[in-house]
Amino acid sequence: MKQDAFSPGGGAPFEVLAKESLANSQLRRNLGKATTTIRQKRAAAVGEMPDWEELREAGRALKERVMRHLDEYLLQLEESVTRAGGKVHWARDAREANRIVASIARGHAAREVVKVKSIATDETKLNEYLEREGIRAIETDLAELIIQLSGEESSHILVPAIHKNRSEIRELFLRELDAGDLSDEPTDLTNTARLYLRKKFLEAEVGISGANFAVAETGTVSVVESEGNGRMCTTLPRVLVTVMGIEKVIPAWQDFEVFMQLLPRSSTAERMNPYTSFWTGVSEGDGPQEFHLVLLDNGRTDVLADERGRQALNCIRCSACLNVCPVYERVGGHAYNSVYPGPIGAILTPQLVGIGKKGPDSLPYASSLCGACYEVCPVKINIPEVLIELRGKVVRHKQDAGEGWRSRLDPENAAMQLMARNFSDVRLYEASQKLAKAGQWPLARGGVIQRLPGRLSGWSAVRDLKPVPRQTFREWWKKERGS
Amino acid sequence: MRVALFITCFNDTLFPETGIATVRLLERLGVEVDFPREQTCCGQMHFNTGYQREAIPLVRRFVKIFSPYEAVVAPSGSCVGMVRELYPMAAELAGDNKLAEEVEALAPRVFELSEFLVKKLGVTDVGAYYPHRVTYHPTCHSLRMIKVGDAPLALLRAVRGLDLVELSQAEECCGFGGTFAVKNADTSAAMLADKVRHILDTRAEACAAGDNSCLMHIGGALRRQRTGVATVHLAEILASTEEEIRR
Ligand code: SF4
Repeated sequence: MKQDAFSPGGGAPFEVLAKESLANSQLRRNLGKATTTIRQKRAAAVGEMPDWEELREAGRALKERVMRHLDEYLLQLEESVTRAGGKVHWARDAREANRIVASIARGHAAREVVKVKSIATDETKLNEYLEREGIRAIETDLAELIIQLSGEESSHILVPAIHKNRSEIRELFLRELDAGDLSDEPTDLTNTARLYLRKKFLEAEVGISGANFAVAETGTVSVVESEGNGRMCTTLPRVLVTVMGIEKVIPAWQDFEVFMQLLPRSSTAERMNPYTSFWTGVSEGDGPQEFHLVLLDNGRTDVLADERGRQALNCIRCSACLNVCPVYERVGGHAYNSVYPGPIGAILTPQLVGIGKKGPDSLPYASSLCGACYEVCPVKINIPEVLIELRGKVVRHKQDAGEGWRSRLDPENAAMQLMARNFSDVRLYEASQKLAKAGQWPLARGGVIQRLPGRLSGWSAVRDLKPVPRQTFREWWKKERGS
Repeated sequence: MRVALFITCFNDTLFPETGIATVRLLERLGVEVDFPREQTCCGQMHFNTGYQREAIPLVRRFVKIFSPYEAVVAPSGSCVGMVRELYPMAAELAGDNKLAEEVEALAPRVFELSEFLVKKLGVTDVGAYYPHRVTYHPTCHSLRMIKVGDAPLALLRAVRGLDLVELSQAEECCGFGGTFAVKNADTSAAMLADKVRHILDTRAEACAAGDNSCLMHIGGALRRQRTGVATVHLAEILASTEEEIRR
């Protein structure tokens, strides 16, 4: 099984995986093209809205209210769903969620289930679990299907196959779907997928979905999508199971007014997305006759405990932050090694799995703190601030956990301690400036430093460094002004 | 008007010419400049790398040293961003209400050089002369953290002799990001490669910015690749005058 952030070990760190991605020129080209296009479109779609900033503020305030009273809203949701004929299940972690879903599927003797994009079930690795139980889960979102057929992992929240281009997809379909004669025209490709999926929709007894929102007041669950496969998946099978993170609850039906203005423009740069499905429990003779809502915690209540960090739970998964992120643009989603990539992944993943795992602990550092994500986030999550908060937690955890880390042996820690001491006393600081001037000369050649030792070598791999000048500013000031 | 110059440890040690230029420029405009010698570092590198317990004493020092002044000016958007936007979080982490109050009182009086000139002094033409083709990179913290807006461009447009060329994708990060450039050296280099390409496309002689940290990173690549394109801090352009160049 693949080791990712949600695996017990936590997987490999970002900087190691990023190296691989950076060397993939096809990936760099695909990503560069895709993110540049969607950025411009988003900016235009948002630019049309005179009250965009007020909407963002409203979205943020609503989500904050939900997080403050999450327990109450969830109980209210359970009551509303039950009243409407659905059944609510509470899953503390991934294992519980998977077990619940599998037992429902088994109860209906399903060998195959259709699924529509649900990141929560990627988090719990539901497909792999079902497979071990002898149940095949068919992803029906086009991009998810592509990912599933190629045996890869999603690299984007909204465009999971953003790293693949159409000729790669054509080859995949020829190989996996017996597509016969096939060009790489998008219409041809989607038609092939459509024929394959229609059959699956009509055969399946059980459908599995995620949810974008669930209304506490009415018990209405909603999926926002582009292709209509979600609509099929949530209406054709006789049994519907929705797996949803507990943070997706919203107070009232009216709140859609805010979120449905924010989400489509931020994610696909559309004024309105093509398909938005709403369902409230079961309706006799129409759609699924059995509805289960699985409410997944899996670390979320732990995140709530951190008042700054919990902003990450406000995310509506629009992926605007991925699309503007200069780091994501170059390394793509796989380097994050998590179902949640990009800036939101960098703040959500380490909090969900807990600080103290090598892979996830590296994610808050996968950012230059440029702030582009915060600027576009439709619910105003201050991602840079949370990144900094989490870096603090990572360092404090390492220092306090000991593991020889506190000792002078860790070069980063040792350097930081030394510098902190020098900065705390102006005499030490001035002495260290003199030392820096003297100490660098073995490194300098012909007026520049071209190679730095140890951990700093990454700097000098592509950049020259100007040596420390002979006179500091404060020496100049003292000479000029005498005080 | 009397201001305290917060030089930043980075400029003090590595780019004294920027500090000297800032002093000359401010004094030319009739501002009285004081340099509190006790100052060292604002704590940004520690704080942003996660060494927050270590940064808190530096926050306290800064607040103590600079609180007596009516205004504090620094030739760095990034360090000003630390003080204005992150000191409140540091005070909160320290669990120190008094520090939080002091920060709240001081932070609005701390200015980045270009915003001090344009927004506080109300000047855009500082009487500078700089006969070169220059492009401008708006550093992320100036742009998105402390929101200096068009102030640097307004100042550059008023410089005589200066041929200002627009940088494409200017608002995208250069890839520096403090310890990011070391911890994620490969990703940083990939971002830098694109920034350098856009700079070369302008055919400018020099790339200007309001942060020497980003400029050291960009300039390091420009030099390594022997592009012949220089980097220059905004303060140095604004400080230079015809008389000085003739001299
Ligand atoms: S963090 Fe904000 S911008 Fe990023 S996906 Fe979530 S809602 Fe969208």
